[in-house]
Amino acid sequence: MHPTDVSNPDYYHKVVDCQWACPAHTNVPEYIRLIAQGRYTDSYMLNRESNVFPGILGRTCDRPCEPACRRGRLEDEGPVAICRLKRVAADLRGDVTDSLPKIPEKKNGKRVALIGAGPASLTVANDLMPHGYECVLYEKHAKLGGLMRTNIPSFRLPESVLDEEIAMIIDMGVEVHLNSPVESLKELLDHGGFDAIFVGTGAPRGKNLELPGRYDSDKIHIGIDWLESVAFQHVDSIEERVLVIGAGNTAMDCCRTSKRLGGTDVKVMARKSRDLFKASDWELEDAEAEEIEILENHSPVDFVVEDGVLKGMNFDIVEWREGEDGRLASTTLETIFIPCDAVILAIGQENAFPWIERDIGIEFNRWDMPIVDRKTHQSTRPEVFFGGDSAWGPENIIWAVEHGHQAAVSVHNQCQGIALDQRPPFGMNLISSKMGLHEWSYSNDFNPENRTPMRYADLEKRLKEMNVEAELGYDLEETAREVERCLNCDIQTHFTAVLCIECDACIDVCPLNCLTITDGGEEDDLRGRLTAPAENTDQDIYVSEDLPQTKRVMVKDEDLCVHCGLCAERCPTAAFDMRRFELYIPYAGQPWPTTISTAPTTSL
Amino acid sequence: MSYITKPEVRHPALEENALGLTRRDYEGAMSTLCAGCGHDSVTAAIVQAFFELEIPPHRAAKMSGIGCSSKTPAYFMNESHGFNGVHGRMPAIATGANAANRDLVYLGISGDGDSLSIGLGQLCHAIRRNVNMLYVLENNGVYGLTKGQFSASADVGSVSKRGEVNRHGPINPVPLALTLGATFVARSFSGDKKQLVPILKAGLTHKGFAMVDVISPCVTFNDHEGSTKSYAHTRTHNFEVVQTDFVPLMTEITAEQDRGDTTAVTMHDGSTVMFRRVAEDYDPTDREAALSYLRASQAKGEVATGLLYLEESGADMHACENTVDRPLVDVPFGDLCPGSAALEELQKEWR
Ligand SMILES: Cc1cc2nc3c(=O)[nH]c(=O)nc-3n(C[C@H](O)[C@H](O)[C@H](O)COP(=O)(O)OP(=O)(O)OC[C@H]3O[C@@H](n4cnc5c(N)ncnc54)[C@H](O)[C@@H]3O)c2cc1C
Ligand SMILES: Cc1ncc(C[n+]2csc(CCOP(=O)(O)OP(=O)(O)O)c2C)c(N)n1
Ligand code: SF4
Ligand code: SF4
Ligand code: SF4
Ligand SMILES: [Mg+2]
Repeated sequence: MHPTDVSNPDYYHKVVDCQWACPAHTNVPEYIRLIAQGRYTDSYMLNRESNVFPGILGRTCDRPCEPACRRGRLEDEGPVAICRLKRVAADLRGDVTDSLPKIPEKKNGKRVALIGAGPASLTVANDLMPHGYECVLYEKHAKLGGLMRTNIPSFRLPESVLDEEIAMIIDMGVEVHLNSPVESLKELLDHGGFDAIFVGTGAPRGKNLELPGRYDSDKIHIGIDWLESVAFQHVDSIEERVLVIGAGNTAMDCCRTSKRLGGTDVKVMARKSRDLFKASDWELEDAEAEEIEILENHSPVDFVVEDGVLKGMNFDIVEWREGEDGRLASTTLETIFIPCDAVILAIGQENAFPWIERDIGIEFNRWDMPIVDRKTHQSTRPEVFFGGDSAWGPENIIWAVEHGHQAAVSVHNQCQGIALDQRPPFGMNLISSKMGLHEWSYSNDFNPENRTPMRYADLEKRLKEMNVEAELGYDLEETAREVERCLNCDIQTHFTAVLCIECDACIDVCPLNCLTITDGGEEDDLRGRLTAPAENTDQDIYVSEDLPQTKRVMVKDEDLCVHCGLCAERCPTAAFDMRRFELYIPYAGQPWPTTISTAPTTSL
Repeated sequence: MSYITKPEVRHPALEENALGLTRRDYEGAMSTLCAGCGHDSVTAAIVQAFFELEIPPHRAAKMSGIGCSSKTPAYFMNESHGFNGVHGRMPAIATGANAANRDLVYLGISGDGDSLSIGLGQLCHAIRRNVNMLYVLENNGVYGLTKGQFSASADVGSVSKRGEVNRHGPINPVPLALTLGATFVARSFSGDKKQLVPILKAGLTHKGFAMVDVISPCVTFNDHEGSTKSYAHTRTHNFEVVQTDFVPLMTEITAEQDRGDTTAVTMHDGSTVMFRRVAEDYDPTDREAALSYLRASQAKGEVATGLLYLEESGADMHACENTVDRPLVDVPFGDLCPGSAALEELQKEWR
């Protein structure tokens, strides 16, 4: 195995499991340290740089970072509550007006249209406005925010938080057209006078369930449309007995909303078994805490409507087995009738582009989806870009944000005559965190505390009204405890082979048996003969240059390192040093971020 | 020295021994020695040896004197017995403890100053009495704790950190032990656990005095150029004379361990030590031959390492004194000291 090239930003980036897993590569450990220091505004701004909507995401993010968190591999108690801490920074921050990017008065002469006002389009505007672009936003609805406004219920995401974070972008001077659905892209292309167009229209169509009786009652709703009507206050009640069909995020929001609008007996009906549900565990738990029943292995058969009145539905109770082809197949055990007064269908979303003409150079594939380049977000018509749910189907907010960033880079290149594949690279910086003989600029001791549980608003109170936020957030004491659980995975065990005298001190002290000095070899072979075998191949092993005295190599298994710094502390020659790794993420027109954190630094 | 202690968190796949203990359960307090000190590596090797031999920590006694080396018993096996004696006097205290309770596993930890300067006489008598113990002499050529003066093991011509040259001939614990009749004599290096751990295991199993001279560099006062006890010097001059494998009782000897060119010595408890000769004609069971080989090797400036001499048939202190099998601590006081009437009776015989 060749010596590891740690000058490639990917190597240390990957060690920061949460940051690597975050689609927008949010610098999680640094923002957690800033919270620990009470620097909420700085923490908020560091978040905002990559994920744009810290207040919104601190409540609603899908949190791909949390299952990736190293702590989850060390103990059963699970990952650091990364998402909840983000909310702490957003809730406790001060005024950020002065820290927001400055918008030049003199424009650069380029006009960009943004279609749909969801997180994807808003991110494009956020990234382009500071460079003098003129952004024109068209939104079908009367309010901005996309599904964050129309579908995510206010007991999960208060309207004030949404309004505030959207305003930060709009106030940069975005030209907004509400109640303005784009009905012809051709028209916009031909007569709009735009240098580039970004399509961020989402996946607006809820899937239907074509079963007998579907159209015999008006009490059968499409989930995302129904939630939208609730959001716009066209609907403010529902019948008592409600069946929600589906087990994804939409289903969870539909059942919990029903509970607040008059549903007393609300059931979630899922075709598959619980381990295959799309909804996250925490969403299921939240629903169950609100006395919602979740039934698995119930496959809908038909709607029973008598004299125009919905009576209930028939379901097959099924059992799933893996067939010879490796696919799951069901067998019906029995059919049962479940009475209800209303049904909400929450079985998925689809894209629909009736407003894009098929003869304007934008090619569609056989699933009637536009052909979009995975990296550049460019369609087959060079000045048209797609991002968010409209590009490759429904995802989540944080992916929409990342798409927005990447599309903005492309729009910028396109407008400035730079090739789209010439994207600014990731950069990095490494700064020693040594402050004194036994002092590091981070809290290096391992905190064995369990994950801090969330407190919720009183059940009765929260079910009474739509806009009582269910989660209360962490108080200061809970925050102080949870921040210490973070392992500071960005503080890297940086090794300099020429300094090592092979005294073994680091190896002997390491509490997780991460380190080995041994003869070099191929990766598979090396992994098997370390102090503790490196069995998790998702995690890299570091291999040094040859050591001066014996020509052996230092090997580190990154998997379980708790970044306690003891290896560096016990090293007599500073061959190991704990260095804070900072990833430089390029944005449109801006190879390095402007708000690089201001944690204490010493020279290399 | 470190202000945080080693976190409790462990590798989820950490191995357990037959007692249900992991290696971590044999650790002690956080070391306060200089970062990079060889003694800390010896500590880690001791932890490994006790873990692998599955010795219950409370059945072991850690004996030591004064010096950085002698401080290390605080850094392993928190739950063992221990006695930190005056400078150079550990051998006498260990002898007494062993006389009183022969059932414990005795581990003496000392330094070259503690053993070869102030405590030389003590060491000689413990060897002579063949006290059943493992004696680990952490040899760095200096008095580390008192800031690096040459010790009695410093080689002629070795240069101190400040530049003085040592002119006195060294006392070398290996030939010393051989001459005094020790039945287990080894030398190893703190930077080579592959060699050190099996030697420590064999030494702990040996019945009688087991001397292990471990070159254990003082990273602060004796790891410079011109030192003959530095990491670099030891690595370039180390010559492994015999390779040793320790095979505990009831364990099968693997083909890799028995490669044809090996000699097996059965220990008193039935375990086996496998020797593989590296130096031609070296015989670790021939005291005279070993002595003359090692003299020649020392003259060449080599650091000869390995389990250099082993004799399993020797009688230890208790055998020589013909004591009872039962540890004296467990013998009722009335039996140990039958009183004046019994003395009277005894004395009658000589009247
Ligand atoms: C019920 C539900 C709950 C969800 N909960 C979460 C959650 O908790 N966390 C999470 O991360 N994600 C969640 N999601 C997913 C998330 O909301 C979306 O992935 C995300 O909003 C997609 O952003 P976008 O910018 O691509 O499009 P959208 O947010 O869908 O916004 C598209 C906008 O375009 C407008 N539009 C459409 N067509 C036109 C047109 N022709 N002209 C003008 N405007 C148009 C729409 O009105 C809409 O405002 C949820 C989704 C649903 C349905
Ligand atoms: C009776 C007595 N004399 C002198 C000393 C001072 N002293 C303390 S440690 C030491 C030498 C220790 O050297 P060594 O045994 O080699 O241990 P190291 O620190 O090198 O491991 C001396 C002379 C003492 N503590 N007690
Ligand atoms: S920081 Fe060093 S000592 Fe601590 S767990 Fe990681 S490799 Fe081991
Ligand atoms: S502690 Fe430092 S010098 Fe010693 S082996 Fe580790 S990296 Fe090398
Ligand atoms: S002074 Fe020398 S012997 Fe003592 S702890 Fe430091 S390195 Fe080890
Ligand atoms: Mg010494």
